[in-house]
Amino acid sequence: MGRLSTVLCGIELSNPVIPASGTFGFGYEFAEYYDINILGSISLKGTTKDKRYGNPLPRIAETPSGMLNAVGLQNPGADLVIKEELPRLRKVFSKKVMANVSGFSVEDYVYSCEKLDREDMVGWLEINISCPNVHGGGMSFGTDKDQAALITREVKAVTKKPVIIKLSPNVTDIGEIAESCQDAGADGISLINTLLGMRIDLRTRKPVLKNRTGGLSGPAVFPVALRMVNDVYKRVTIPVVGMGGIASAEDVIEMAMAGASAVQVGACNLTDPYACKNIIEALPEALDKYGIKDLMDVKGIV
Amino acid sequence: MDKKIFEIKENKALAKNGIYRMILSGDGSDLKRPGQFVNIKVGSNFLRRPISVADHYDDSITIIYKVVGKGTLEMSMLQPGDELDILTGLGNGFDTSLSGKDPILIGGGVGVPPLYGLCKELVKEGKQVSTVLGFNTEDDVFYEDEFRKLGAKVIVATADGSKGEKGFVTDIVKDMSYSYFYTCGPEPMFRALKDIVKTKGQYSFESRMGCGFGACMGCSMETKSGYKRICREGPVLESEEIIWEG
Repeated sequence: MGRLSTVLCGIELSNPVIPASGTFGFGYEFAEYYDINILGSISLKGTTKDKRYGNPLPRIAETPSGMLNAVGLQNPGADLVIKEELPRLRKVFSKKVMANVSGFSVEDYVYSCEKLDREDMVGWLEINISCPNVHGGGMSFGTDKDQAALITREVKAVTKKPVIIKLSPNVTDIGEIAESCQDAGADGISLINTLLGMRIDLRTRKPVLKNRTGGLSGPAVFPVALRMVNDVYKRVTIPVVGMGGIASAEDVIEMAMAGASAVQVGACNLTDPYACKNIIEALPEALDKYGIKDLMDVKGIV
Repeated sequence: MDKKIFEIKENKALAKNGIYRMILSGDGSDLKRPGQFVNIKVGSNFLRRPISVADHYDDSITIIYKVVGKGTLEMSMLQPGDELDILTGLGNGFDTSLSGKDPILIGGGVGVPPLYGLCKELVKEGKQVSTVLGFNTEDDVFYEDEFRKLGAKVIVATADGSKGEKGFVTDIVKDMSYSYFYTCGPEPMFRALKDIVKTKGQYSFESRMGCGFGACMGCSMETKSGYKRICREGPVLESEEIIWEG
């Protein structure tokens, strides 16, 4: 066990840094930049039962210290992910990955999870009940504690792998939803997905995004994410994966102090393909600076 | 492709209406074909700015950009000696092998720059190149002479007739004959062009991008051969694979 190592639902990670779903594709493209085996794990692009093209363009807008996206879960569908994307990633990544699953009905989630459960390289199933960019399903499961519990139970019934539920910040009491997922059998909670937002183009007098609204991410959301991670950590006993605007080793330490057992780096991968690598490499020195021996020594001290 | 630091050698206005040319010294070897682009970190803006490459050498690249928002305004104020963090060697670029002997290059406004590198390449390959460059008005016109110096035939059209032929590029192109076409410009120009071109060709698209290197799916578009990321399988698409919506 090294200074950065952590355990997430019974699986050891050499460090807590995981690229977040939707910001790292299926991983192999980043292998052109560096050896991605230095990562703790990878959360794969959100996968649905059927292939999805996603939303019309433009899907991206700049915001102060962040961005809006309305990609809309573009992916080849669970069967092709298993047949084509996982083998490609396997060639350049030897660790367990987090398969990120989304859907529009309970049956959708169950279909994808049953299939992904059979894949050796999948360590965890991360269930996205919080995508703000699709109509029907998606976030509507994550904003209601009973719906969140229902999805959790149904998914748990078809897999032996640890199930991590990814929550939406677009709710009144995120702790209540986390607790409901834990009671339904969830093995972990990850948060936050993006915050619903919009921008208007003054020249065209129309929303910048064709979808009108999109999810806000990037350093702008970090304080909101940190507060919610801490809220959830205080309400549940299962591990928490913290994400939302992480851009530095210091941010990772803050997330750990708020209660995160592991972290995901999202938007910053898009502006710097080396973001995760730089954060991992900067962590030992940052720990030294703040007098921390092992990162997990400070987990949840706030 | 890779992330590299470049130093600004020149950053000056080319035309009256906010068109700038920036010459950057640094490793240009990641760029393999004309029509590829770079993604530039500008000031405190979160997202990078994707800009097409007009010309490149092993030790420098030239970009031409228009000031359209906060990011490009900040770019225009940078000085020689300033450094920029750039993702270089992005996108597929133009395929010159399909050009035939006398291709035509059709550029609209800030779509003109990547055609310069393409023109240079085609001329080097011994092709007879014609270029039709469309602008709104005289104050927007740039690089007419530079194309001419490469040895291409150049026709300039302005919408208001203040320079060159009066009208749109389509008014010129419809009466010309050519072996193949390459185009870059605004989408309304593409839509008008697709109805009057007589051969196959290649269109270079622009899009708002998240990453510029294929990770975020922020710029994907549906084509007849599946979805393609404008930043990765594009920005250049062949005419036969494009689905024109609306």
